[in-house]
Amino acid sequence: MLIIRTAFKNIIGAGRATRLNIAVLSFVLVIMTAYNGMLDGWIAESRRDTIDWDAGWSQLWHPNYDKYDIFTLPDAHGKIPIQIDNALQAGMATPVLVIQASVYPQGRMLNIQLKGIDPEQQILKIPSLSLHSAGGETPVVIGKRMAATTNLKKGDRVMLRWRDRNGVFDAREVQVAAIFETTVGSADAGQMWIALDDLYAMTDMQGEATYIVMQRESPVSADTGGWHFKDNDFLQTDNRILEQSSRAESVIIFTILLTLALLAVYDTQTLSIFRRQKEIGTYVALGMTPRGVTTLFTIEGTTYSLFAAFFGAIWGAPLLYWFTKTGLPMPEAYGDIGMAVGDAMYPVYKLTTVATTLLVVIFFSALVSYLPARKIAQQNMVLALKGKIN
Amino acid sequence: MKSENIIRIEGLTKDYPVGEGFFRALAKIDLTFREGEFAGLVGPSGSGKTTLLNIIGLLDTPTSGSATVLGKEVSALTAKQSAFLRNRHIGFIFQSYNLLPVYTVYENVEFTLLLQKKNREERHRAVMEALDWVGLTEKKDSRPSQLSGGESQRVAIARAMVKRPAIVLADEPSANLDAENSHHILQTMQQLNAELKTTFLFATHDEKVMQYLQRIISLRDGKIEKDTNS
Repeated sequence: MLIIRTAFKNIIGAGRATRLNIAVLSFVLVIMTAYNGMLDGWIAESRRDTIDWDAGWSQLWHPNYDKYDIFTLPDAHGKIPIQIDNALQAGMATPVLVIQASVYPQGRMLNIQLKGIDPEQQILKIPSLSLHSAGGETPVVIGKRMAATTNLKKGDRVMLRWRDRNGVFDAREVQVAAIFETTVGSADAGQMWIALDDLYAMTDMQGEATYIVMQRESPVSADTGGWHFKDNDFLQTDNRILEQSSRAESVIIFTILLTLALLAVYDTQTLSIFRRQKEIGTYVALGMTPRGVTTLFTIEGTTYSLFAAFFGAIWGAPLLYWFTKTGLPMPEAYGDIGMAVGDAMYPVYKLTTVATTLLVVIFFSALVSYLPARKIAQQNMVLALKGKIN
Repeated sequence: MKSENIIRIEGLTKDYPVGEGFFRALAKIDLTFREGEFAGLVGPSGSGKTTLLNIIGLLDTPTSGSATVLGKEVSALTAKQSAFLRNRHIGFIFQSYNLLPVYTVYENVEFTLLLQKKNREERHRAVMEALDWVGLTEKKDSRPSQLSGGESQRVAIARAMVKRPAIVLADEPSANLDAENSHHILQTMQQLNAELKTTFLFATHDEKVMQYLQRIISLRDGKIEKDTNS
């Protein structure tokens, strides 16, 4: 208790050095909380959007289908397994048929994936209701990126060419019925969505699909009818890889920031300890053990980080809260590189992340205070009393 | 602390490493101090008086020979045992006062009792008594930076005496004081020595201090040159 009381007195008495240490450490804490919050928010949003727009909760894949190998597409279609009829009827699953096709906007040719989907489905956020045929047109919907690439607008017509199940080319004009905006590139870039029945008619692949998208509540949770079950963990592989890479970046940034802050604390503590040699000698002369002196200075250093947490909360909490309301605006280019990023990134502050950040700062503050304190406590106290330790 | 010889030093030598060799600060010193003595180690700078005071104060250890303080062999004590003895039985008065700057006068005097884990009432009674001895009860809430040199040294005396130690070691206590303040603090210490039977041991080369000492041990080049009782 005496040591804690003495440490507090010394910290308060240190004045400017204390304010500097607390300011630097609280800056690191708030910046890292904001940064990790952004990262957590982006990851959560990315996972959520991937589920909502592209992957659903889980999928059943045709045995020949490989999402990452476009050459599997010509053979990756087959009759929908009858075992999931109930799930389809209940709206807990919806089939998607994927074929390769080409569009010719303004006379240019662009290879795309043409995806047939049930207009009535409610699992993915694709505006599939717009795919209902009207007036003899064949409607398609595309995402904002695809629209930008092809220079197509809502209502525009474009020539579409594809091969039917026998490999025979066919072509027709389709009309852009809607343009949707999504953060998920894999539902947008190079993709064109069409009513499943239209695609059946165009390809003669009646009752077939490439994969089945399922809701979380779907009873299917294993390979079914020879089709391969892909769980949410698998479907989030891209996000997970991005997350791991971003976490590594976060650790590097945190390390740099923390190192700079701790250098300030270390410098202050070392300077303070060597400037306070006589005081240390006096503590020992009055009956404090060298270990007590080490503890005293370690507590002083640790207390800086506790004060920093307190002051960081005072000035940082309103700022961090404001970020959750306004978000951090993101450049559009982020979406073009395949990351699921919205117009703004909204942070999510997880208790575990904040607590870990705080504990790391406290631990290292204690360490950089302990090291010089231990060094001087092991020196000859006669020299300390004379202020002659170098 | 019933031993008559409160401090016993036999064949004590202290060497300090200097470059490849060493500097001998004390050479085969033999000395004893009885309870209640008011004695001083005198001599020029480098004569070894502060070194001897530090060994008696358990802040340093001899290179060879023995120093027994309050029945304990200095070389055999652990850091914790030394700290305990200093805290309970040995008071220090330094040339530059060494008051803790962030504490008030009261808190500076109280600090050593806090280390002893005495309760609040005991501490208050002892601190106020010690401040009364040195005439500083009115300044109990002042900070060291608000005190004169003489007042600071009187706080240091109160801090050394508040635990009623067996031994008080004073290293050049008057070096930074004018004549009036020097006489004032020496009279205070002399009075405490008479009242409490505390052993006072000074390291000094100040004539003003010497005139108060009952016993003067002259040191030169680490050896005892003369040991006289007045």
